[in-house]
Amino acid sequence: MSLERPPLPDGIVAVVKRDCATCRLVEPVLQGMVGDGFHIYSQDDPTFPSDVDVVDDSDLIVSYHWDIETVPTLLRIVGGVETERIVGWKREEWEAFIGVDALGPDLPDWRPGCGSLSVDPTRTDELRARFSAAGLQSRRVDFADLEDEFEAMYDRGWSDGLPVIPPTEARVARMLEGTDRAAESVVTIVPPDLVECTVEKVAINAVMAGCLPEYLPVVLTALEAACTSEFNMHGLLATTFFSGPIVVVNGPIRTRIGMNDGVNALGQGNRANATIGRALQLVIRNVGGGKPGGVDRATMGSPGKLGWCFPEREEGSPLSPLSVARGLDAGVDAVTLFAGHGPQSIIDQKSRTAESLARTFAVCLRSVAHPKLCIKIDAMLVISPEHGRVLAEDGWDRARLEGRLAELLTLDADELVAGAGGITEGLPDGFAGMELPKFRDGGLLICHAGGSAGLFSAIIGGWVNGDEGSDPVTLAIT
Amino acid sequence: MSTVLDPTSERSVAERARLDRPASLEGKIVGLLDISKPRGDVFLDRVEDGLRSRGAADVLRFAKPTYTKPAPVDLRHEIATKCDLIIEALAD
Repeated sequence: MSLERPPLPDGIVAVVKRDCATCRLVEPVLQGMVGDGFHIYSQDDPTFPSDVDVVDDSDLIVSYHWDIETVPTLLRIVGGVETERIVGWKREEWEAFIGVDALGPDLPDWRPGCGSLSVDPTRTDELRARFSAAGLQSRRVDFADLEDEFEAMYDRGWSDGLPVIPPTEARVARMLEGTDRAAESVVTIVPPDLVECTVEKVAINAVMAGCLPEYLPVVLTALEAACTSEFNMHGLLATTFFSGPIVVVNGPIRTRIGMNDGVNALGQGNRANATIGRALQLVIRNVGGGKPGGVDRATMGSPGKLGWCFPEREEGSPLSPLSVARGLDAGVDAVTLFAGHGPQSIIDQKSRTAESLARTFAVCLRSVAHPKLCIKIDAMLVISPEHGRVLAEDGWDRARLEGRLAELLTLDADELVAGAGGITEGLPDGFAGMELPKFRDGGLLICHAGGSAGLFSAIIGGWVNGDEGSDPVTLAIT
Repeated sequence: MSTVLDPTSERSVAERARLDRPASLEGKIVGLLDISKPRGDVFLDRVEDGLRSRGAADVLRFAKPTYTKPAPVDLRHEIATKCDLIIEALAD
């Protein structure tokens, strides 16, 4: 994403600055190394070192693009390519590098270098904007002097209703450092307008959502998962139903980026949890053009549509991680996209056996969508640590729990047909006499999250599954 | 002035879209915003006569407290809720 690296001449290149005690210390050494194969670049003063030819790098173009982090740095350039570098002052190292003996005999043997101006924290934003943002392709939008920038973004329809952070060049360039992907590469085709969406556009919306750069890989992969035909983001957006895309994160990245899988894991208060899901929805809104009242036709919607992302609490869980259950290796960073809404609470403060607790889960899960509807709607069951402990104490793992829930959620269709129970909603009469599962195979996703206190679990109700709806999608984060 | 990167698909213009001009003044309530420069009212009296003769249902008069500052938000809100059209009248 940066502009092209300026070429350096073959030979030895020294990068220095006057405002560095070590550089000043080695000034006599530098002054003695004049010649065709030796080139000095100065970051802050082209008259330093004195009495020798110095290339002025006060605009830091060379230092920035050659990733100079310390001064002095010596680079060996062969055919325009760096083959070796040393930093700071260490006599033996310099002697070996240059091939000269007895350098600076009066100097101490060793001194550490100083920070390069190109990595000075007070200048990095400006440098990034100058060098990296120049390559960004998106249209620049100027706000007038009298426009409040936050109001201006509302006025342009870029917000989900909450304030968004202005996506300046410097912020977007910084966001893009969170991924190895090229800014101009296409991530996916975003519905409903079926727009090719670049990494850069995702980064812009991630800035607006409040993400840190290290969240960007999660946002990118979540977007890829959401825009698969299996997940069917277009239909999920357009439906009159409540659901939106929910992102469940597995793997070490959860802790690396500071996600909250504990107290209030499904709620507010953690930046990563709150902004990753929001960034996904802002991409759908701004890049895809999907807005409430436009293609989004939800009758009521649900608050999770602002963005809903949470990590699984893998530590201490009696269950294998959701991503592993869905086919990925343990320890792989992953997102699982689920079309859902909620949550609905499950209270069971008395069960002390896994069997009793499973029965509670089953009777509550039966209410998903409608107690008389089955198979066509998936659900997610989020088990709290205290409920997890009850399962663990009886030695139940994921397979045991899933198997028992499938048994307990096998329903007598006589109770499900239209008119049964005095309720017209229900299955066609033809199903009478059959036994039917509440959930299709794989239609109940179970994970583990939440704080250590509370004998509660949660049901996240799903949307229509299969070809006419959405299938959950799990992808490794890249 | 601040500059940001466009977060959208860039299929529409970056500027806020203006409302279409009405085909006629028939039945419309027109607001006249006097920016409060001297004799602006004299000019606006003539504009009001012209608007009424061209079919405006009503002409409402507003004035900024001072021409040196943007109209206060309450005034803008009042104009937006009461009028179909607004003419901001600069006089000097």
